[in-house]
Amino acid sequence: MADLTSNFVGIKSPNPFWLASAPPTDKEYNVRRAFEAGWGGVVWKTLGSEGPPVVNVNGPRYGVVHGSDRRVLGLNNIELITDRDLYKNLEEIKRVKQDYPDRAIVVSLMVPCEEEAWKAILPLVEETGADGIELNFGCPHGMAERGMGSAVGQVPEYIEMVTSWCKKYYSKPVIVKLTPNITDVRKPAAAAQAGGADAVSLINTINSIISVDLDIMAPSPTIDGKGTHGGYCGPAVKPIAMNMVAEIARNPETSELPISGIGGITTWRDAAEYMVLGCGNVQVCTAAMTYGFKIVQEMISGLSEWMDEKGYSSTDDFVRQAVPNVTDWQFLNLNYVAKASINQDDCISCGRCYAACEDTSHQAIEMSADRKFSVIDSECVACNLCVEVCPVESCITMVQQEPGMIDPRTNKVVEEKHGDWTTHPNNPSAFAAE
Amino acid sequence: MAHSTSTLGIVSGRLDSELLEQNFEDLNAPLSKHEALVASDRCYFCHDAPCMTACPTSIDIPLFIRQIATGTIDASAKTILSQNIIGGMCARVCPTETLCEEACVREVAEGKPVEIGRLQRFATDNIMSKNVHPFDRKASSGKTIAVIGAGPAGLACAHKLATFGHDVIIYEAREKGGGLNEFGIAAYKSNDDFAQKELEWLLSIGGIKIEYGKKVGSEINLDQLQLDYDAIFIGMGLSGVNSLRCIGEELENVDNAVNFISELRQADSLLNVKVGRDVVVIGGGMTAVDAAVQSKLLGSQNVSLVYRRGKKDMSASIYEQDLATSKGVRIIYNATPLEVVKNNSTLNVKFGYTETIDSKLKQTGETFNLAANQVLKAIGQNLSEEINSLKISNGKIYVDQNGQTNISNIWAGGDCVTTGDDLTVTAVAQGRDAAIDINSQLMKQIKKEGQ
Repeated sequence: MADLTSNFVGIKSPNPFWLASAPPTDKEYNVRRAFEAGWGGVVWKTLGSEGPPVVNVNGPRYGVVHGSDRRVLGLNNIELITDRDLYKNLEEIKRVKQDYPDRAIVVSLMVPCEEEAWKAILPLVEETGADGIELNFGCPHGMAERGMGSAVGQVPEYIEMVTSWCKKYYSKPVIVKLTPNITDVRKPAAAAQAGGADAVSLINTINSIISVDLDIMAPSPTIDGKGTHGGYCGPAVKPIAMNMVAEIARNPETSELPISGIGGITTWRDAAEYMVLGCGNVQVCTAAMTYGFKIVQEMISGLSEWMDEKGYSSTDDFVRQAVPNVTDWQFLNLNYVAKASINQDDCISCGRCYAACEDTSHQAIEMSADRKFSVIDSECVACNLCVEVCPVESCITMVQQEPGMIDPRTNKVVEEKHGDWTTHPNNPSAFAAE
Repeated sequence: MAHSTSTLGIVSGRLDSELLEQNFEDLNAPLSKHEALVASDRCYFCHDAPCMTACPTSIDIPLFIRQIATGTIDASAKTILSQNIIGGMCARVCPTETLCEEACVREVAEGKPVEIGRLQRFATDNIMSKNVHPFDRKASSGKTIAVIGAGPAGLACAHKLATFGHDVIIYEAREKGGGLNEFGIAAYKSNDDFAQKELEWLLSIGGIKIEYGKKVGSEINLDQLQLDYDAIFIGMGLSGVNSLRCIGEELENVDNAVNFISELRQADSLLNVKVGRDVVVIGGGMTAVDAAVQSKLLGSQNVSLVYRRGKKDMSASIYEQDLATSKGVRIIYNATPLEVVKNNSTLNVKFGYTETIDSKLKQTGETFNLAANQVLKAIGQNLSEEINSLKISNGKIYVDQNGQTNISNIWAGGDCVTTGDDLTVTAVAQGRDAAIDINSQLMKQIKKEGQ
């Protein structure tokens, strides 16, 4: 069986699956049960400064986008950082770490953007024996209104400043958690690096209104007739988060910066996808909040089976492996030609490929009187829409046209050599460069 | 309990009321809201959907299912009912396994179709339970049409005509409307008096009057109707029963299955319905299955369903045959009745085995006997009598593609016409389409009168 042990910026854990800073990691009771279930580590739910803790709403905190059979596709929350006493949290962290020395415990922090505030809390955290800290620069609701969370994460200069304070007053790894509620994620990542961060973690939740109650005319979840935007997470955000991860991983400026991947990770496969895009480990929240801690068993067995199949002996063998293949559109090979092909034996004649292509695309599928569907090669641009709307997996495939063949759509020979937009005759800049 | 399953003869009360109630409850329980959402999500919203083509009334099935999935159940019901006003009953009695659900691409792919029938019931039950009628009548046309028979064909025709603004008088031979939905369908497919509830709901469109106990030929004269009304639609069904043409058919306790079912359906209490200990049903259609299954559910000890051809030839679907066997009915294929003999207080039915050679059914010469207290004949129905000068073809009323008979102002549809196929849904389609044709002819007439 593959070795799943993980060493993320010097923090060791028996597997790369951590629970993200969120309700599941708010207290000793939960974290002990998570470790018993097999989680490699946790990021303890965000602690604030000493003094009276924040308060949460006393009405609903969550809203969900459901798929069929009430599958949770996207989760929205308006919960704040921990509403428990700072010292109680610190005592519990210390106790749990002592009892589970092989597991990772990272403490999430959010205090005001003043050096004194950080200087005050960091020694307290250091004293717990926790393995590192994660700076919560991402929380988009409530705390941002008070100048913390994403209000800091949206200003690269603040990120750099606060990170450098943390490196000054804390000896162990500092991970900076980034907000996706910005235009270019590479800037805050670079700022974290400049401030001395050991790693970044992303994404935090996305500003969202999950749904609107059409009877009372208010966003959900609704508190006494009003709603506010929340933070969106769960499977629905995974594509957005993975793009941000890849942007940082392939940016030459931050290509050496370790990344902890977060955003809708539900299965071992999701975790593997994040890791090949540049993440040293992953953090999970919504899946645990939907199905409980037991899901980590599937993640462990699944990743392990896949690694064995592929011959990877450690997670380092595949981390970042897909990064070189993430490129800009302009470098895609325009001489690569494919055509859709429908396997008639698998086809169940639903006609969805036809409706999609005929109504909304290139009129490249024809339908016979007896409901046989076939591709018109001279019209097919290989857009892949038919493949994706077909309810039968692998019934429609994209077949590469071999070099030397004539593309019946363009009547041109399929060329063997690479040719992209940078050298394409239709690109005015292609000539300007010469 | 006065009697048991083993009591000899034809008696009532073989089972207690609790067991009877359990036996005759809904064959397919209604879907809950969540079940309907899950079931609706399985629909692929096919292009030019095969299910829709397979439906005799061409209900836009993908659309009504999508309307359920998006929480607009009234709109869904309207989609169904605009094509098939008896959509509530059809959701219960249609052999969907040989119609829409057989054509469903998920049946082809996985052997598990979208549950179209149950989803249709979910939508139509919902709107009927709120007593909402989603259609309005156009302004009165001043025309009145006579409809003969308040079964599915007649009701569908009457309703459509009413929406066009015509007035309709329905002459119904029995004391109750609904036709075979009321008298001829197994009770477990249409319980809780649904046929009457649907009838009342249908009539709430307005403009339709039903006169009960008016039978064509005796109380009603077709010639007179032609003089009194602007058009006539005949949806009288088939009141005659085909004979076995074997010796002993006239013996006591050799009954028509349709009468047995009708008495069961109209009984105040199932405790009062008599059934034999040993029942032999002869036939291969839905009526045969309905009679056999209900005999078993009433407490018969031995029920044999004997059909002269093979399993695949039976007009009752494989689903219906499986239902029968699951309830304890024994189906004997390839046997034809030769003789019924009275043997003291019981009957003895002699059957000859058959085989099909060169597509002709022949007896093998081998025979067997079945003892029976009750023999139920279910080998099809006929028109029983000729009606005035209406052209008859293959024993049924001839109609053209628009449902028109050989007489210019008389249309017909349902089981009584040559193109009928014994299905409620087909009768509805024919009644509806005849109404559309009647309306277009009357509109021409009105236009001419105005000139």
